[in-house]
Amino acid sequence: MGADVTIAVTPDESRRVLAEPSPLAAFWSAFRENRGAMIGLTIVTIVVLAAVFADFLAPHSPIEQFRDAVRAKPVWDGGTWRFPFGTDGEGRDMLSILIYGGRVSLFIGVSVMSVSFVVGVMLGLVAAMAGTIADVAITRVMDLIMAVPSLVLAILVVAILGPSLTNTIVAVTIVYTPRYVRLVRASALGELSKDYVTAARTAGVGPLRLALSTILPNCLAPLIVQAALGVSDAILEAAGLGFLGLGAQPPTPEWGAALADSREFIRSDPWIVALPGLAILITVVAINLTGDGLRDALDPKMRRS
Amino acid sequence: MLIYFFRRLALTIPTFVALMFVTFAAIRLVPGDPVEVRVGEHGISPERLAFFRHQLGLDQPLWKQFLDYCWQILHGDFGVSLSTQAKVLTEFFTLFPATIELTFFAMMFAVLIGVPAGAAAAVNRGGIFDQVLMSISLFGYSMPIFWWGLMLIMFVSVQLGWTPVSGRVDLINYYYDTPTGFMLIDAALSDQPGAVWDALHHLILPAIVLGTVPLGVIARMTRSSMLEVLSEDYVRTARAKGLSPFRVIGLHALRNALLPVVTVIGLSVSSLLAGAVLTETIFSWPGIGHWLIDSINRRDYPALQGGVMLVSTVVILVNLFVDVFYGAINPRIRHGR
Repeated sequence: MGADVTIAVTPDESRRVLAEPSPLAAFWSAFRENRGAMIGLTIVTIVVLAAVFADFLAPHSPIEQFRDAVRAKPVWDGGTWRFPFGTDGEGRDMLSILIYGGRVSLFIGVSVMSVSFVVGVMLGLVAAMAGTIADVAITRVMDLIMAVPSLVLAILVVAILGPSLTNTIVAVTIVYTPRYVRLVRASALGELSKDYVTAARTAGVGPLRLALSTILPNCLAPLIVQAALGVSDAILEAAGLGFLGLGAQPPTPEWGAALADSREFIRSDPWIVALPGLAILITVVAINLTGDGLRDALDPKMRRS
Repeated sequence: MLIYFFRRLALTIPTFVALMFVTFAAIRLVPGDPVEVRVGEHGISPERLAFFRHQLGLDQPLWKQFLDYCWQILHGDFGVSLSTQAKVLTEFFTLFPATIELTFFAMMFAVLIGVPAGAAAAVNRGGIFDQVLMSISLFGYSMPIFWWGLMLIMFVSVQLGWTPVSGRVDLINYYYDTPTGFMLIDAALSDQPGAVWDALHHLILPAIVLGTVPLGVIARMTRSSMLEVLSEDYVRTARAKGLSPFRVIGLHALRNALLPVVTVIGLSVSSLLAGAVLTETIFSWPGIGHWLIDSINRRDYPALQGGVMLVSTVVILVNLFVDVFYGAINPRIRHGR
């Protein structure tokens, strides 16, 4: 009986081993091995879900002021479950501010990342492929943006446009676009001299198709990693602007701004200041962990080290 | 080498011109009447308006205004601050030593801990120490430093009472001239007992806060650079020769592993200055970052314009210096281009 089972199983097993795993499956199995990356991904998923379903999860509106419960204690400090994390100086529920603040921060992070990614890829490809003049012009402008310290540049942009959520996104997008441009330009230049590009050119592939469907896919791995890490950097940058009063304006529930609003209570009610910052830190750490896992899984050379 | 230097210098000129153009354009994009933006008065009479318009050269064509602006900057005239009526350049050089002092000690903190820790992590790769250190480094470079600063103030300054909450010097007990602007040096020159200790006390927490992100980055960089070097043949040769592990790691491996780390340190001046804006705001540290935020809150656009111009010029010059220095110690870069 035992022998029968063995015979029945062996062909199945061998077929599974020989089958070429799809790139996605290979990536996932490499990613899954990385414990840190899985923890990061789990936290990111929770934050994303909380942000998406904030309307159902948050116990109160983030802007409603409970005048009867200003600076209520959190539940671990003798407070009630009505406000599990307490309330801030205006009597707003901290937990709701944190949940809705996640929505704002993720929105900033993802919009900055997507716009700077698309613009950066286009400019990078143009710089690499469209000739010397375009290359020099784009590279110089990016050098200029990189020469101005990120927060100073963002302050300059906000000074011109005025402080608001949208202008924060504009400012941080300008700050982070050069990274993608440089990355795409460098890897596209590397790819351009390879045989498969020459082959595609000889076969009569037009410049647009050459750029987007021949070269770009081969530059994607570092770009995806940069994009993941770009989200966390954008969140930090925007929170910094919010903290300085130059980002999202009240009553928008933004973590950095919430922290700055409560600075005066740091001695009497430290948790009001501690919680928004902790939310930023945890989110950023989780995204960075995921980004590191992405890099290790996408780049086999790094994976073994 | 000289050719490399001049070629690199020539490359910064277009960046510098573009910077002048951006700061020139920026103040024109601020909403509101350009005279009001620059003079800081609102609802001024038409005669005064015309007077200032002529005085500020706003009645000239734009290209002429831009050339005038460039001319002024090249002669060290970065405009006059609205709120203090002082020259922006003078204000900048009064406050800049405070920022240099802060960023220098932040960098010292990051390098002196980050490099040995990163190297030790690489040597014990996969061990407990490595894992703990890499986790700390992850939290370090993910840190919202404005929050970190407030938390440290709360625990170290308020609860434990170890360090002052803000500022650079205890003005009640110490008063001395500041000829250099560097508090530690001025305190040492002042002959007042305890002044140096007081200045150091004020410096330590801001430096730790500003150094936290670079510490995370440097520890990580050193580790990965060290891992690469440790698998090189010359390290194996050094081991085979029977050199002590300390000599192999400290002399042969670390020196080579530090090359990329040095570049990262040099190029992180820009992000240090960005972090200084937040750190100086939290600790009321009277430096450039604090001044820039003050300027924007007071709508002092000329100071903001001049300040951005000057801060960026510093970054461009430091990056130039780092590149040349790197070219000097690594001939491959020099001849590669």
